[in-house]
Amino acid sequence: MGITIALAGNPNSGKTTLFNVLTGSNQYVGNWPGVTVEKKEGKLKGEKEVTITDLPGIYSLSPYTLEEVVARNYLLNEKPDAILNIVDGTNLERNLYLTTQLIELGIPVVVAVNMMDVVEKSGDKINTGVLSKKLGCPVVEISAMKQKGIEEITKKAIEAAKGKTSVRVHEFSAVVESALTEIEGMIEDKGGRNDKDQRFVAVKLFERDDKIKEQIAMRIDVESIISKCEEVLDDDGESIITNERYNYISSIIEGSLVKASKVKLTTSDKIDKIVTNRWLALPIFAVVMWIVYYVSVTTVGTWATDWANDGVFGDGWSLFGLEIPGIPVILGGFLESVHAAGWLQSLILDGIVAGVGAVLGFVPQMLVLFIFLAFLESCGYMARIAFIMDRIFRKFGLSGKSFIPILIGTGCGVPGIMASRTIENDRDRKMTIMTTTFIPCGAKLPIIALIAGALFGGASWVAPSAYFVGIAAIIISGIMLKKTKMFAGDPAPFVMELPSYRMPRISDVLRSMWERGWSFIKKAGSIILLSTIFIWFTSNFGFVNGKFGMVEDLENGLLASIGKGISWLFVPLGWGEWKAAVAAITGLVAKENVVGTFGILYGYAEVAEEGNEIWSTLAASFTALSAYSFLVFNLLCAPCFAAMGAIKREMNNTKWFWFAIGYQTILAYGVALAVYQIGNIFTGGAFTIWTIVGFLVVALILYFLFRPYKESKTLNINVSSVKAHKFAK
Amino acid sequence: MQSLRDVPVGSTVSVKKLYGEGAIKRRIMDMGITKGTSVYVRKVAPLGDPIEVTVRGYELSLRKSDAALIEVN
Repeated sequence: MGITIALAGNPNSGKTTLFNVLTGSNQYVGNWPGVTVEKKEGKLKGEKEVTITDLPGIYSLSPYTLEEVVARNYLLNEKPDAILNIVDGTNLERNLYLTTQLIELGIPVVVAVNMMDVVEKSGDKINTGVLSKKLGCPVVEISAMKQKGIEEITKKAIEAAKGKTSVRVHEFSAVVESALTEIEGMIEDKGGRNDKDQRFVAVKLFERDDKIKEQIAMRIDVESIISKCEEVLDDDGESIITNERYNYISSIIEGSLVKASKVKLTTSDKIDKIVTNRWLALPIFAVVMWIVYYVSVTTVGTWATDWANDGVFGDGWSLFGLEIPGIPVILGGFLESVHAAGWLQSLILDGIVAGVGAVLGFVPQMLVLFIFLAFLESCGYMARIAFIMDRIFRKFGLSGKSFIPILIGTGCGVPGIMASRTIENDRDRKMTIMTTTFIPCGAKLPIIALIAGALFGGASWVAPSAYFVGIAAIIISGIMLKKTKMFAGDPAPFVMELPSYRMPRISDVLRSMWERGWSFIKKAGSIILLSTIFIWFTSNFGFVNGKFGMVEDLENGLLASIGKGISWLFVPLGWGEWKAAVAAITGLVAKENVVGTFGILYGYAEVAEEGNEIWSTLAASFTALSAYSFLVFNLLCAPCFAAMGAIKREMNNTKWFWFAIGYQTILAYGVALAVYQIGNIFTGGAFTIWTIVGFLVVALILYFLFRPYKESKTLNINVSSVKAHKFAK
Repeated sequence: MQSLRDVPVGSTVSVKKLYGEGAIKRRIMDMGITKGTSVYVRKVAPLGDPIEVTVRGYELSLRKSDAALIEVN
């Protein structure tokens, strides 16, 4: 029989480090079913029978945040054999608050007091013997960072799991205790809970926790008991419980923690004095962001990505003078030598290798970025970013941490979307995922250059205006979306811990980088592969003279037929020509393809990046206005397949994925239509029915922007579906 | 009534009562701001909001709108 131990603790308590130390390389990273919360599992090093499940970092078992609900549903439904509760020794008081709740679940708890090295350095003394007696569970001093006490804690945890016993020591005040006893009695009258979590359920009922009511499927009316108690203590049920917990903890601390007498500034305090200083915070923030952007997007990241794109997936690269051919060259040579059929060569080289290569080419850049993100997160600066930027971003429904995804998005949307993982709040994260790709990424720049060059004589305002459109789209979307039903549900309190600054372990940083990179490669890989094959097939196959087969010209391919079939859709946008429609579709593979596709369709085998050769042809078939509308549409519509793969990966939910893509495309269509139709009036065009539609779009956006709304106070997500399932090996 | 929102930077106050309901109130309490807790207002963010306080020996940041729900003396 295997043993399952759940690892629970506050954020920033060193939980990730302990998990890595306990499981080594034997980990599986995924998501909890249906939600964006990360789930990790691993086998204990040297003990194949023992599975460690890493719960999300939480402060409490309240019903208001997704992480907390996921964690407690796991604990209630799956019943791990023991809970290994990691607490931060430098911050015992708040950390033990969760401990008091975990103990009520009836599952054996073992407490690991972490960061003992830091505690000892500060001169504080923790008496774990007293702590253990007062809490009623084993307490072990450890340092995950220095790998101390690990053996003892695993031994204790396994013992506890096998013993299956838990002793509850904590008692609330007499008034509350009698109320809880009464509630427990009612539960028993209804048949009782088959497990030992009766106490937990009773406390939650006393707190009027509506999520627990749904869960226990018992009709119990405890209202009169609670209100009687509330009257006596002059407070509401939830507050009574919380207050008493903290009072209880204060009493525990008194006997077991001796603080060093002198209060001196810690290193962390000194760093914070500078880093979030009223005047220095913003300049320092700008410098940090510049470094992150400069290194991961413009220098190291670009070198790596160019190497991957042009070298590994291109003509080849050289290593210390040794010429190494690229994958297409090697594969092409191989296919040639075995006399593979032309279509097969084309499928493999132009379809799969080119498509997947375009996506994998982003991976090196992403890995560089992920190192930065992991470092910023684990050193404690990420929380300060939210602290510094919150004021601006919360106005349009985003988090202060949304700044990083959007900044990275100016380089490439894929790592931008992946960077949204640093945002804890589910709503803010989804909003950021949906809006990050509005900002023009590097691959959209050739489109901007093409339009600016061909239609606007290279006017210098076109490129900045594209960024302006992107930023405006983010702000407008944020305000509109936060008022919709999809988002209005979840509360977003900004009451956030600012953890002490710490130097992270290099191995933790690298592991985090690899986890994120690998999850992108795996999940995004499948959708991208299928999509690129589809685009390859439709552009290379078609009907010529009534016969279906491979076509020489893109113009005869199925894709061209599709373009011709749907081009009417874009007539109101001012560019109803099928070539433009086809270009927009190929833009889904990679945005820079738009320029190349125009080149091919206008009869050039190859064009420069900005497509200088086709400027005159393009100028002839577009007007300035229709070209700008085309630009707006391509900036805002569904991003490339790689970014869509990232959205799918991060949303972890098909419905949300399609909502995001649908919203982006509809917004792009609406804005492009409004730009073209309203612009048309100002440039002397006729007033048509479409002009009215254009104004209607504007009116609709204004309505969504200014309609009143009320922030919700409860978590809207259907959490009963969040059941933990075992990972398939 | 004086709320935590109006407390000048650098002073220590004691929590008297919490207003509000649901997620926000619970979150404030879960983070250790309960009746009688002493709270030290450490600083204000560069853009004027949120604020940073020291409570139960650690640093916590909260928006001024949430701090307004905390009555202190």
